[in-house]
Amino acid sequence: MHLFFQELLNGLVVGSLYALVALGLALIYGTMQVPNFAHGHLYMLGAYVAFFGVTVAHIGYWPAMLLAIVVLALVGILLERLVFRPLSNAPEVNTIIAAVGVLFFLQTLAQVWFGGDYRVFPSPYDRVVHFAGLVATQQQLIIIVAAAVLMIALFWFLKRTLTGATIEAVAQNRAGAALVGIDTNRVSMMVFAISAGLAAAAATLIASISLISPSMGFTVILKAFAIIVLGGMGSVPGAIIGAYILAFAESFAGTYISSNYQDAIAFGVLVLILTFKPTGLFAKGT
Amino acid sequence: MRRVLWILAAAVAVALPFLVPKSFYLQIIASAYITAIAVYGLNVILGYTGLLNLGHAAFFGIGAYAVALLQTKAGWPFWPALLAGCVASVVLGALVGMVSLRTRGNYFAIFTAAVGVMIAIVFTNWQDLTGGNIGIVNIPPPPPIGSLTFDGDVPKYYLVLAALALTILICVLVRNSLIGRTFVAIADNEDLARATGVNVARVRLTAFMLSTFLAGLAGGMFAMYNGNLGPDQTGLDITFEQLLYLVIGGIGTIAGPLVGTLVLVEISQQLQGVEQYRFLIFGPMLVLLVRFFPLGIVGGFNRLTARWVRP
Repeated sequence: MHLFFQELLNGLVVGSLYALVALGLALIYGTMQVPNFAHGHLYMLGAYVAFFGVTVAHIGYWPAMLLAIVVLALVGILLERLVFRPLSNAPEVNTIIAAVGVLFFLQTLAQVWFGGDYRVFPSPYDRVVHFAGLVATQQQLIIIVAAAVLMIALFWFLKRTLTGATIEAVAQNRAGAALVGIDTNRVSMMVFAISAGLAAAAATLIASISLISPSMGFTVILKAFAIIVLGGMGSVPGAIIGAYILAFAESFAGTYISSNYQDAIAFGVLVLILTFKPTGLFAKGT
Repeated sequence: MRRVLWILAAAVAVALPFLVPKSFYLQIIASAYITAIAVYGLNVILGYTGLLNLGHAAFFGIGAYAVALLQTKAGWPFWPALLAGCVASVVLGALVGMVSLRTRGNYFAIFTAAVGVMIAIVFTNWQDLTGGNIGIVNIPPPPPIGSLTFDGDVPKYYLVLAALALTILICVLVRNSLIGRTFVAIADNEDLARATGVNVARVRLTAFMLSTFLAGLAGGMFAMYNGNLGPDQTGLDITFEQLLYLVIGGIGTIAGPLVGTLVLVEISQQLQGVEQYRFLIFGPMLVLLVRFFPLGIVGGFNRLTARWVRP
């Protein structure tokens, strides 16, 4: 039973990270119907920005995270403006191909600039905390709390501010939103900025409990896609619920079944869902 | 005129071992042919039916691992192993296709990406069978047919060239057949095709199986040519690379997969020393191509020449 609760805690940590990444992907898909395959590589870039903020510029952990969020938000805006907006009327496949181009570019850029080696991100919060017989590092607890704070802030923004409401309006009906005077292009840019910023925050949080490398985006992006299919493509609450479900499934399967195939769970879940419901769970309309 | 170009290209390909003295260069071209076969497979599903199979490299892996394992573990000779590899790839393609083809557009791409990654995870983790990350080494060359031996760069080159020629022949025949036209009809307008009595589901499945057959054939050739094999040949990044070749060559054209692969392999060769950085150019190039030049090299050439040459 003790092991069970420990795995529950681990699942909560991983789920928080998945949620932040999948949220950004869902936000973009919901407002622009763009499956951004480069999202994982934005996450990777965020990890490196924060890493150099901490190890080279010595600006401290939280300022480094802020820096990563700002830098990545700018990169997100640039991507929307230069790559995805011009393709908004092109066939779906072209958008995926363009995203693949971006992904190749970012990964190679990271390899050139930062080298292909795995790097250890020093965490200022590596003390071990014992709580009711469970073991966690401070960093793990920070991840859970920070992710929750970010998600609540995002919800508040989407539901309680006018700017946030424009995002929801565009997600519901792009043409309708444009008709009532919403600048849909500005919303798209904003969504890309938020999405990349969230990825950077997630990357900074996880980087200090795992290693960073130029290829760290690959597994993450596929899991994030599995999550948003699970949660209904483009649904923000769905993405959060899906993230925690997947993280718990992985955590328990890793313990009770086999840790070798832990990473395959996400894809197994995805394949199962699309097998029985080709439009995804909780899909809006058709 | 196009026919003249094809004959010229074939003549150069056949004469190549005598034209280039360095066997190193021959190896690069042969490897490019193998990749081109896989890219032809991708072209069948993406170019003819408009569906992006992001698990393509996994089917390449099925063919490659089947050929490698049947030879090294079961002691089969190359030829039946190659046949079995292609069959395995097609059977799995049929199973995956039956499920994945119920999805559309983005869902299809995501679904096939997930299937592909699962297959790659199995290749990496089933260490007893596949050798894990080290993979399989010492795959024997094909046994001789009569006095024809396949041990050495030149005969292997011709074997790969024959497989490529077969691939192109299949693609031309399919393209000009009723089924090929049906592929295109569905890609252009699914509802209209269905209204004229096309069994859309079955036709899509046929295209998917043909596509995985070519991927399996390429995989088998890869195992034969290189004599070793690892799971890194089956990942999502390999599919992405094949997609790049296809887009640059020209999606949906007959010569596109070959032209795109050869051009990019040649450029990569010129970049010796900085080859691993080639995606700094290729990545943005892909973005610019889909935006400004979605026809690719061959598609653009066809449009230019269409004015004064009747196909």
